[in-house]
Amino acid sequence: MGFIDTIVQGVLLGGLYALFAAGLSLVFGIMRLVNLAHGDLIVLAAFLLLVLVTGLGVHPFLAAVVAAPLMFGAGWSLQYVLLNRTLGKDVLPPLLVTFGLSIVIQNSLLEGFSADSRRISAGVLETASIGFGPVTVGFMPLMGFLSAVAVIVGLNLLIYRSAIGRAFRATSDDTVTAGLMGIRPQRIFAMATGIAMVVVTIAALYLGTRANFDPTAGPARLIYAFEAVIIGGLGSLWGTLAGGVILGVAQSLGAAVNPEWQILAGHLAFLAVLLIKPRGLFPRAVD
Amino acid sequence: MSIAIPSFKVETGTRASSFSALIGAAVLVLAVAVPFLVPRGAVQDLFFILTMLVLAQSWNLLAGYAGLISVGQQVFVGFGAYTMFGAVILFGIDPIVATLIAGLFAALLAVPTALFTFRLYGPYFAIGTWVVAEVVRLLLAQWKALGGGTGTSLPREATRDMAGVGLLRDHFGMKAAEASDALTYWLALVLAAATIGLIYRLLRSKQGLGLAAVRDNEQAARAVGVDARRMKALVYLTTAFLTGLAGALIYVQKARISPDAAFSVTDWTAYVIFIVVIGGIGTIEGPIVGVILFFLLQNLLSDYGSWYLLMLGLVGILIMLFAPRGLWGAFSDRTGIQLFPVRRMLVGDPLAHTPKGGPHG
Repeated sequence: MGFIDTIVQGVLLGGLYALFAAGLSLVFGIMRLVNLAHGDLIVLAAFLLLVLVTGLGVHPFLAAVVAAPLMFGAGWSLQYVLLNRTLGKDVLPPLLVTFGLSIVIQNSLLEGFSADSRRISAGVLETASIGFGPVTVGFMPLMGFLSAVAVIVGLNLLIYRSAIGRAFRATSDDTVTAGLMGIRPQRIFAMATGIAMVVVTIAALYLGTRANFDPTAGPARLIYAFEAVIIGGLGSLWGTLAGGVILGVAQSLGAAVNPEWQILAGHLAFLAVLLIKPRGLFPRAVD
Repeated sequence: MSIAIPSFKVETGTRASSFSALIGAAVLVLAVAVPFLVPRGAVQDLFFILTMLVLAQSWNLLAGYAGLISVGQQVFVGFGAYTMFGAVILFGIDPIVATLIAGLFAALLAVPTALFTFRLYGPYFAIGTWVVAEVVRLLLAQWKALGGGTGTSLPREATRDMAGVGLLRDHFGMKAAEASDALTYWLALVLAAATIGLIYRLLRSKQGLGLAAVRDNEQAARAVGVDARRMKALVYLTTAFLTGLAGALIYVQKARISPDAAFSVTDWTAYVIFIVVIGGIGTIEGPIVGVILFFLLQNLLSDYGSWYLLMLGLVGILIMLFAPRGLWGAFSDRTGIQLFPVRRMLVGDPLAHTPKGGPHG
């Protein structure tokens, strides 16, 4: 019984990691940009939610609705003003600029909110749980997993069924030709990062209500997100969900053996996949 | 009628480089004498500068010349430091010998590490190296003999009885602590000079040319017969060795270790990246300029805590956007001065003597 419970909790944790990873995957898929500040942006969004929840006294879910357009705007401007300048053949500028950004966000948060651990209170929902036969799952973790599925369905619909999605795919395949067809790649990139930041806001909601976070929590989230993307295979959003689940299950199995081994077990699962299938389990993209 | 065959020669030297060789020699002589001339605090500061310079030169070789952008070099600092601690505490080996062993172990660690990370390309390589560093940190935190997660200290006798300390004490009347500081400083000096010398020689050699070709266009370089993977692996192993040596030496001086400090991404990678980027990536002079500036900024702004890091991040972003070749790169572009020239120039070309003012003058 304990074993099944561990697996179920791991799957739900995997949903959270898939939420961390979906934004990273989207941005990489469209402009081949790996944002090293992705984890710090999740933490930034979590602090934004915290401010809204404590300042306005609203429920976290409502705060996320308010925060999402703000984060979209921030992502759009970040891409349009800063990151678009770094894109090109050379991989060095985007990496170093986003690494610098990561340091800037972390230390701004440290100045603004001190190094204390915070948590977003979700009221009675925090302790609410639902029984499924032998296992009982928490309401918030379950919502997190369902949100991850919803986000991935939503992103797939957006990318494969909408006009903007067609523009995304065209720009991803061939920026120059897309430009000739009347698409402005700069705006497409900004739009993609904006959407990624909406996903980041949703991830932050579940990060903040599930566990404590502090200004330096970002890099670890980036690493989990990255591991989920690589395990799943580049370019496949469903693969990213699978990658998140594998990571989550590995971590909760590790934690069940020895609490000190939780993170290590996740990393080892990632390295094992990398060794056996370097391109991930469900690769879709060529590079 | 005879046809004059112009004789061509490929040269890498410049007037500035012979000048800098002289200055370099003078600086080196002065640097050797430092522990006899300045107080102990200054020796420690210089030790810090020299070890950061070694880390920066290594990272620069890796990222700037081999195009392998790693944010996980702290793995070699930490592993080197832990190897040194292990050798001293568990086997009673002299810290200086243990430092050498640490360098070798770091290079050994680079073999399995490369097996994983070399499967990843570009940005994913960067995060992959970080994951590896985390794995090694978490594993070493399990090692209870070396203090587990909370860390441990070097035994006091170990640094006091280090080879050479007794000699310095007897002949120059130094106290044990002074003598061990002087000794680690000299070792750092040797390591820094050897690192720069090694990188300079590598870049001027045939292999260096291959490396530059791989960095600029990997496909083209492979098409003309450069073994890109071998070159990259060689550079990766070399930097692991140098970084491991530097890491072990830093912790001989610190004499206290913990997994979080030894594998700190801020201390051993973020700072190093900023030193290289601000000074000028892809040049040997860049990290030297960068480390001096970094030291001055750190002393000037050390009271401001996270504001200092925030500003360093901003400066790094601005430099990357507006002067991607860093301070030295911008200076060198304007003046043409290269202290460590690695660019090959064709001399003896008769066309070079065309009088100015002609149609294409």
